[in-house]
Amino acid sequence: MSSFTLISAALRRKKTRTFLTFSSVVFAFLIFGVLSMLQTAFSMGAEIANEDRLVVRHRVSLFQLLPQSYEADMEEIPGVVDAMHMTWFGGVYQDPSNFFMQSPVEPAEYLDMYPEISVPDEAKLRWIETRNGAIAGRALVERLGWEVGDRIPIQPTIWRQAGRGDDAWEFELVGVYDADVEGFDQTQFLFRYDFFDEARSFGRGQVGWFMVRIADPDRAPEIAAAIDGTFRNSAAETKSESEGAFAAGFANQVGNLGLIVTSILAAVFFTILLVAGNTMAQSVRERIGEIGLLKALGFTGVRVQRLVLMESVTLVTTAGFLGMVLAVGLERVLRPALSAYFPGLFLRPEDLLIGLGLAVATGLVVGIFPARRAMRLETALALRRL
Amino acid sequence: MSETSFSDTAAGNGAAVEAMVDVRSVSRTFHRGRTPVPVLKDLTLRMEKGEFLALMGPSGSGKSTLLNLIAGLDRPTGGEVIVGGSPIHRLSERKLAGWRSRNIGFVFQFSNLLGALSAERNVAVPLLLTSFSARERRRRVEIALEIVGLSERGKHRPRELSGGEQQRVGIARALVNDPMLLVCDEPTGDLDRATSGEILDLLVALNRDHGKTILMVTHDPVAAERASRTLHLEDGRLAECGHDGTVVVPVHEPAGAAV
Repeated sequence: MSSFTLISAALRRKKTRTFLTFSSVVFAFLIFGVLSMLQTAFSMGAEIANEDRLVVRHRVSLFQLLPQSYEADMEEIPGVVDAMHMTWFGGVYQDPSNFFMQSPVEPAEYLDMYPEISVPDEAKLRWIETRNGAIAGRALVERLGWEVGDRIPIQPTIWRQAGRGDDAWEFELVGVYDADVEGFDQTQFLFRYDFFDEARSFGRGQVGWFMVRIADPDRAPEIAAAIDGTFRNSAAETKSESEGAFAAGFANQVGNLGLIVTSILAAVFFTILLVAGNTMAQSVRERIGEIGLLKALGFTGVRVQRLVLMESVTLVTTAGFLGMVLAVGLERVLRPALSAYFPGLFLRPEDLLIGLGLAVATGLVVGIFPARRAMRLETALALRRL
Repeated sequence: MSETSFSDTAAGNGAAVEAMVDVRSVSRTFHRGRTPVPVLKDLTLRMEKGEFLALMGPSGSGKSTLLNLIAGLDRPTGGEVIVGGSPIHRLSERKLAGWRSRNIGFVFQFSNLLGALSAERNVAVPLLLTSFSARERRRRVEIALEIVGLSERGKHRPRELSGGEQQRVGIARALVNDPMLLVCDEPTGDLDRATSGEILDLLVALNRDHGKTILMVTHDPVAAERASRTLHLEDGRLAECGHDGTVVVPVHEPAGAAV
């Protein structure tokens, strides 16, 4: 028998009340886990962004095109190591609900720019040999049940083929890529730019945006300014920024997600403080005689305070832990279903640790006032409540 | 060592002459707002080791206040309280708590057991404050339950026990640290006559066979009759009573004198 026996006895004293408080804390931490996942999903692009990559887009909007010839001009700028381009294709595979990102790329340049992804050598060769060849991320292939060698028809919404009206583009899946970095988008569908450029009905020589690798990340602002300066007063001025800033800006189009999440969590935890705090205060109020008895038996005020505090921490931490476990379970269910829309939808280990820390802190805050009250109770007066 | 005692220091009733409790000119005044309310007035009391003393008196006479002072739950406004040779009125709160855990066993009107714990775990609660090994704790719990005749009921929860059995568990809890003084506040106040008799038999046996010094507050003259001596407290002052309830000697002797 240990002090924990007393804590356990106190928690089992009013089982229904303990269960209700426990449940509300479990749900609070489940909400914490889900919101953390969402925040990660929206901010993942910025978090996994490479410091030595810049995004160069049209100054007006991401959807305005830039001349493909800018690539060679940019590679001449001091500090730029390499550049490549991508273009939003926006086609539909079978049904609009099968949404995934498609883009024409130069295969070798793309693979050089993104060392985070790995493609089997055989697939690389097939991609270079096959004009309508395409590679796709592992998550996308698994979601849609594709196999290498499959013909993938994509219905155009922007880029129609010259002389073929609304006919679908037909690609051959030549390989599957995997990502070594957690949260990297594994739902992209990438096909060859030369095939795309020759076949499209308009906009030849125009691309969506450029990715630029630089030699020294510390010089990113300076190089970005140099790139933008190069194309100033041209028909297509550019806006260059780091990959992280670009991803953060993209996420913020939804709103200041960090602020929204923090506000919701603050409201949830404030409510939990009231609910669990009330439970603890009531519990101590009902046990004044019992606390007097413990003190009469020789428990010091400090020891009684510690018991009440441990009771509160045990209640909230256990419930918080269970809430986080449920959040992890929910992640396992949601991730496959929503990975097309939120590639970074997962619960990070640091969020789990923050959750547990928050649970301990909440337990302490909730317990501190009842615990101090218990400590200060005069034994003789408390015994009158027996 | 006896199988039903914690140590071999048990002494028979009446064999001891050493003072267990020495209360010297004690006063205790409470305050209701700014108005002082004296409850105990220059009270002196000596209780010998091995004695079974009953303390009677009307409500508000100061019985519980005196009990609290002797048990180290409260401090006097004036005077000295020496128990087992320790001047407990001088001890800090923390030291007083430690002193209580080692030296005082409490028996209350209601057993006040923790409902979620078995009888044996309730008995073991005071042992949480000791450094005894798990084995020694088990041994002490077994002995305490055996003394009160509940060896077979250790695994039962309080709600599975009768009122008398619950009070016996409360007494076992008071005994488990082998205290030098048992302090009983209306131990039979919540029990029927037959069960009260059983509890009083147990207290008498603890005093007679295990040498426990017992101070019992009671309203019940029948309960007081079982003690070796009865004191009557009225208006904060003591008087000794005969067993027929009549006051025979006012208690105003100086400190150290036997009453």
